[in-house]
Amino acid sequence: MSGAHVSSHAAHGASHGTLKSYVVGFILSLGLTALSFGAVMTGVLPRDMILPAITLLAVVQLLVQLLCFLHLGTAPEQRNNTVIFLLTALLIVIVVALSLWVMHNANANMMPTQMSIERARAKD
Amino acid sequence: MNISFSPISLAANESSAAVHHEHDDGSKTVLGFWIYLMSDCLIFASLFATFGVLADSVAGGPSGKELFDLPYVAVETLLLLGSSFTFGLAALNVQAGNRDKVIGWLAVTFVLGAAFIAMEVHEFAHLIAEGAGPNRSAFLSAYFTLVGTHGLHVTAGLLWLAVMMHQTLRFGLDDVVQCRLACLSLFWHFLDLVWICVFTFVYLQGGF
Repeated sequence: MSGAHVSSHAAHGASHGTLKSYVVGFILSLGLTALSFGAVMTGVLPRDMILPAITLLAVVQLLVQLLCFLHLGTAPEQRNNTVIFLLTALLIVIVVALSLWVMHNANANMMPTQMSIERARAKD
Repeated sequence: MNISFSPISLAANESSAAVHHEHDDGSKTVLGFWIYLMSDCLIFASLFATFGVLADSVAGGPSGKELFDLPYVAVETLLLLGSSFTFGLAALNVQAGNRDKVIGWLAVTFVLGAAFIAMEVHEFAHLIAEGAGPNRSAFLSAYFTLVGTHGLHVTAGLLWLAVMMHQTLRFGLDDVVQCRLACLSLFWHFLDLVWICVFTFVYLQGGF
């Protein structure tokens, strides 16, 4: 997205965008944000579809901003940043998804506090 | 050692001295800053995981649906997104070497960021006045920690913006200032990325 400007400013490590990349990123982000808020505030979607929809919109907007604002990509100047980001994304998925999974299971399998040990045993 | 005094080699010596003074061309600095940002990402990831686990633990207190004002959050989002765009315009003017426009767009970015922080402080004060402070429930503790940590980052970014506006005015767009602006640019856009996750998984997910 910023290949034309990389050579003159490669000295600063971060590649720079073009006006087009910022405008495209801004307009896409505005649209995706509007869709996210619209999905929740208008009630057009069925309730169980809202969370998958806003999650997808958030992921798309993150990708748009990573490409258009942070200029991640496969060009040599950006490759280090991109690889480090991908590793971090993997760590984030592990930390967040597994925490939620483990804690959800711990919650679901925990004995209800109002039930006595004898009644809990009698049930199985 | 080149001791010729012809203007061309003198200029070459000066520029190599300037590079040597910085110890590197700035790319290592920006890469190092990116690695810091990724470690910051992990802090936010653990705060998001904590919030996700505690989101339903309202302890009989108010839930997100009762507390969150989505149109208000939409305005906050627009302010931060707009500030990310105006920082992009400042970065383009750094490339063009247009110092006054850089300072101008940094100032616009600062105003938008300050407006965002003002709205967030007002929101927090309103919640605490309603009795929905961080001590009310695990959900609210996690909420204030996560959103407050993001707010502190933006506040630090505002401070940095003010310092860079001064440095750009004082020193012009020299190599050191450009390198620092490149780092600040990463920091500012990164905060907008974190905010996407905040408004989606805190406000919108809690709001329906």
